[in-house]
Amino acid sequence: MDRLDALMRAPLDRRGLLAGAATALAIPASAQQRIDLQLPGGPSDRPLTGGFPGKGPMIVQRVHPPLLETAMDVFDRDVFTPNDRFFVRWHWGDIPTMIDVASFRLAIHGHVRTPLMLSLAQLLRMPRIEMAAVNQCSGNSRGLFQPRVPGAQWANGAMGNARWMGVRLRDVLDQAGVLADAVAVRFGGLDGLTVPGAPRFEKALAIDHARDGEVMIAFGMNGEQLPLLNGFPIRLVVPGWYSTYWVKMLSDIEVLAAPDDRYWTSKAYRIPATPGADVAPGSKDFPTVPITRMVPRSFITSHREGQVVGQGPGVAVGGIAFGGDSGVAKVEISDDGGRSWRVAILGPDHGKYSFRRWDAPLSTGQVGRQTLMVRCTNAAGLAQPMQPIWNPSGFMRNTVETLTIEVRTDA
Amino acid sequence: MHKRYSSSPAVLAVAIGSIIALAVGTDVASGPLNAAPRKSVSREGFTLRSTSVDLPYDEQPYPDGPGAEVMNANCAGCHSASMVLLQPKLSRGQWEGIVRKMLDVYRAPVAAEDVPAIVGYLEKLQPR
Repeated sequence: MDRLDALMRAPLDRRGLLAGAATALAIPASAQQRIDLQLPGGPSDRPLTGGFPGKGPMIVQRVHPPLLETAMDVFDRDVFTPNDRFFVRWHWGDIPTMIDVASFRLAIHGHVRTPLMLSLAQLLRMPRIEMAAVNQCSGNSRGLFQPRVPGAQWANGAMGNARWMGVRLRDVLDQAGVLADAVAVRFGGLDGLTVPGAPRFEKALAIDHARDGEVMIAFGMNGEQLPLLNGFPIRLVVPGWYSTYWVKMLSDIEVLAAPDDRYWTSKAYRIPATPGADVAPGSKDFPTVPITRMVPRSFITSHREGQVVGQGPGVAVGGIAFGGDSGVAKVEISDDGGRSWRVAILGPDHGKYSFRRWDAPLSTGQVGRQTLMVRCTNAAGLAQPMQPIWNPSGFMRNTVETLTIEVRTDA
Repeated sequence: MHKRYSSSPAVLAVAIGSIIALAVGTDVASGPLNAAPRKSVSREGFTLRSTSVDLPYDEQPYPDGPGAEVMNANCAGCHSASMVLLQPKLSRGQWEGIVRKMLDVYRAPVAAEDVPAIVGYLEKLQPR
């Protein structure tokens, strides 16, 4: 093994040792189910497995670093996604596998009067807030882009909704005393690099956003501690914004006197500076801006693509919607390919950043295939577009989704 | 594939050393020396418990073919082969761009002479 090899492998070997297993766990093929994500042109087949810590059956896009997707039927059961079914996405493979809650510290430093090293006990003593919020990957649904684009080939399950409990980021920043010349706050986690010299995963928010009283440091997820793979012991929650900002295993907060110019904030996660991040397929060299706020989306979760239903007075169609950075104002459903729309009944409102249940009884008088569409309009008046968007990174898809059911007399 | 991740005695010794250092540091940080590390922190009705997990590791190699060895040697350190094998059909230009990004941005230590074999392998993938 030459020196470079040794450098390369040291983090991996350390992880292997920390995990207490030099030969890491392989997921036995017999324990796997398969799922077809119906991605146009494929590959579409994925394992559905329970082989990850703190996780039930998950769609495996990548074992290391883990990319685990939530199956759509999970969203049909509750507007809150169970922790053990919540999607997982890591950038680098050097993920700590042991967290000691007594020695863990959160550092707050940079342009502050008093740099802090906060223990979890100190965080737990601070005033708490709880908020329902959707956490969605920037590239959720990338696998549905046409023409297809490279990247994690997610269907629609790189998202989840939870009740997050924690402390206001503002309160933590105020405790350190942000200096007058601060313009941004950069966040980093415990995850390290598998290659020396590569950009560590970090993201930044503008100082006013960081201090808006909504951005929080969460230690609770649906009433429990976070699964390690979702960022235990604490993660940033940035309501209404894509999850690239929701830094996991948050351990470092640096107040900056200039905008963050490092890779992940300034160069990665950029979208076309056009409405809806939409450009003509194949476009290059267009102006870009960082991805930020989410946009409205809605999904039918009561049925699978191609599901056969019996002819009768009606069928209960339902699902979930969210407004992105504002609440759900309206959900409409169409059973004629988008020519006519009916308003769906909305379930309980858990706050403007949460999933919201919708239901719509559908007449199944006619036999044959029925094309169902669902469209959400948010409280700011923004509706999902009928035409698919496209950009080369596969970010920010929120096109009206279509699902076909088949009505049969013999079903 | 498998051998690639097994620990040499030298690396093992370094790793064990750093674990010992980590453990000492932990004791100092959490209280008096030799105090057992606390398993949980509980305040105001919420408890956080120390966590230790095993993460699965993917040893699926790249399917055989010209360049498979180069793929296994250069790409498996950072990510599972599935990241590549689940991509849709991409053009040679797209693959070149991706490999360039792995080298330039993510600092993948790939020898320049291996790049054509990697791009050649990727270009020939037939996603199913």
